[in-house]
Amino acid sequence: MQRAATLARTSTSRAEFVTFALMLVALVVAPIFVYPVVLMKGLCFALFACAFNLLIGYVGLLSFGHALFFGWASYVCAHAAKVWGLPPELAILCGTAVAALFGTIVGALAIRRQGIYFAMITLALAQMMYFFAVQAPFTHGEDGIQAVPRGKLLGLVDLANNFNMYVVVLIIFVACFLLIYRIINSPFGEVLKAIRENEPRAISLGYKTDRYKLLAFILSATFAGLAGSTKALVFQLASLTDVDWPMSGEVILMTLVGGLGTLFGPVAGAFFMVTLENFLTTIGQWVFVVQGVIFVFCVLILRRGIVGELARALRTRL
Amino acid sequence: MFEIFGVPSQALFGQLLIGLINGSFYALLSLGLAVIFGMLNIINFTHGAQYMLGAFVAFFLLQHGLGYWWALVLSPLAVGIIGVLIERLFLQWLYKLDHLYGLLLTFGLALIIEGMFRNFFGSSGLPYSVPSELQGGQNLGFMFLPNYRAWVVVFSLFVCLGTWFVIEWTKLGSYLRAATENPMLVRAFGINVPRMITLTYGFGVALAALAGVMAAPIYNVSPQMGSNLIIVVFAVVVIGGMGSIMGAIVTGFGLGVIEGLTKVFFPEASNTVIFIVMAIVLLIRPAGLFGRAA
Repeated sequence: MQRAATLARTSTSRAEFVTFALMLVALVVAPIFVYPVVLMKGLCFALFACAFNLLIGYVGLLSFGHALFFGWASYVCAHAAKVWGLPPELAILCGTAVAALFGTIVGALAIRRQGIYFAMITLALAQMMYFFAVQAPFTHGEDGIQAVPRGKLLGLVDLANNFNMYVVVLIIFVACFLLIYRIINSPFGEVLKAIRENEPRAISLGYKTDRYKLLAFILSATFAGLAGSTKALVFQLASLTDVDWPMSGEVILMTLVGGLGTLFGPVAGAFFMVTLENFLTTIGQWVFVVQGVIFVFCVLILRRGIVGELARALRTRL
Repeated sequence: MFEIFGVPSQALFGQLLIGLINGSFYALLSLGLAVIFGMLNIINFTHGAQYMLGAFVAFFLLQHGLGYWWALVLSPLAVGIIGVLIERLFLQWLYKLDHLYGLLLTFGLALIIEGMFRNFFGSSGLPYSVPSELQGGQNLGFMFLPNYRAWVVVFSLFVCLGTWFVIEWTKLGSYLRAATENPMLVRAFGINVPRMITLTYGFGVALAALAGVMAAPIYNVSPQMGSNLIIVVFAVVVIGGMGSIMGAIVTGFGLGVIEGLTKVFFPEASNTVIFIVMAIVLLIRPAGLFGRAA
C-alpha cells in the first residue's frame, strides 16, 4: 500500500509536468492559428476557474458568488484605467486589491456557516453587490464602462497590439497557475485538503480551520479578481454581465466540466466552454439551456469531469 | 388620510401590504425549501423556476377558459407532478453524494426551464388579471386595501399554518419528521420512505407553484420572475435556519415587512436590505434565528 502510494506520487508529478509542458507549447503556438482575443478570453476564464477550483477542489467550499470578485475587479480596473488614467499594471493591481478586500469581508461572513449554507450566503452577498453595481454611478448601469484604454505596460509595451496583450495575459496566467500549484502542494495546501476530507478531525488535530478557510477564500477571490481585471483590459469593457449570478454559475460549470479538484480541469473546462459559446453565439438565449443540460449531464454522468476521467483512465493525477 | 413620520399613511401601509405579500411568497418558498431539504438533503435551486412555472400554468389555463380558481388547484398539481418526475428522473441518484451536487443539478434544471421559457415568451411580462370575485377593495380610512392583496396574505398564511399543522401535529407529519431524522429506522418499521421522499419533493414544489399562481395577478407572468426571487429566498433561509417550519414562516413574513418599510424610508436599499440583514444575523447568530448549531 505504502509502496503503491510512493509510486503513484513519482509518476503523477511526471504526468503533471508533461501535461503542463504540452499546455504551455499549445498556448505559445496557438495565436498563429486562432484569433488572440478568443484565446485571451479562454485564458482569463481559465484563471477564473482555477481560482474557483482552489476553493471547491481543495477546501470543498462551493462558492456561488465568485462573479462578485470577477466583476467588481473588472469594474475597478476599467475605471482606474479609463477615468484615473492609470497604466495597465496599476489598474490591474487596483482591481485585484478590491477583489482581495471583498474576499476578506465575504469570506469572513460565509465561513461562519458550513456546507450548503456557504453556497447560499456567497450567492446572496454577490447578489447584493450586483445591486450596488446597478446603482453605483461609476459603473454606468446597463452600458457598463466602455472603450477602456489598454495603455502601455510599464510605459514600454503597447497593449493595443493584440499579440503584445496576448503575451502579457499568457504570462499572468502561467504565473498564477504555477502559484496555485505551489499553494495546493504546500503544507498549507495539505491542511486545506485535510479540512476538505474531515474538518472536525482537522480541528481536533489543533488546526484553526477557520483561518485556513478564510485565507483560502481570500486567495481564491484575489485570483478571480486578477482574472476579472485582465478581462476588462482585454475586452476594454466592464459590464453588469460580469457581476451577475449567471457568471458565478458559468465558472462553476467550467470547473465541473473540466473536473473539480484537478489541476488542469479548470483550464480544459474554461477553453471547452469558451469554444462552445463561440459556436453558439447565434442561438441567443439557448446558451442557458445548453449550459443547464451540461450541468445535468456532468452531475449525473461525468462527475469527475473531462480531466478527472482522463486521469482515471491513465491511472495518474492531473 | 394622515401622516406618520412625514410619510402619508396610504404610502406607508401600502408598502407594508406589499411587504406582507412578498413576505408570504418568501414564507411559502422557504417553507418548501426547508421541507425538501429535510427529506432529500438537497437545496432545490429549481424552486424559483417552479414558482415561475406555476404562474405560467395559470396563464395557459386562462387561455383555455379555466380561470384563477381552477389554476389555484390545477397549477400546483401539474407542477407537483413535474416535480415528482424530476425527482424520479434526476434527484434520486444524488442522495448518497455530497450536498453540492444536488445544488448544481437543480441549478442546471433551473437554467434549462428558464432558458426555454425565455426563448418562447421573451423577457417581457404577460398580463394576468385579478379574478372578478376579488376585484375592487375596501377603504379602511388609513389606507385603501385591494381585495386581491388581502386575499393573498390571508390565504398564504392559511396554507403556511396548515403545512405547519400537518408536519407538527399529525401522524403523517410524525412519519415525515422521523424519516428526516433517521430514514433507515423508519424504513425498518415498514414505511415506504422512498415514496415519501418523492411525494415530499412534489409537495414542496407544489407550494412554489401555488405562490406563483398567487403572484400572477400582482406581478406580470414572466420567465425571469423566479430567478431573482430564489436568491432572496436563499437569504431568508440563511437568516431563519432550516431547522424549524414555524421559523421559516415567521422569518419569511418578517423580512417581507422589513423590506416594505425600507421601501418607504430608504428606497435605495430596498433591493439589498434582506442581504444586509443576513450579514448582520451571520455576525450575531451564525446558526440563524431559529437554527440549531450544526
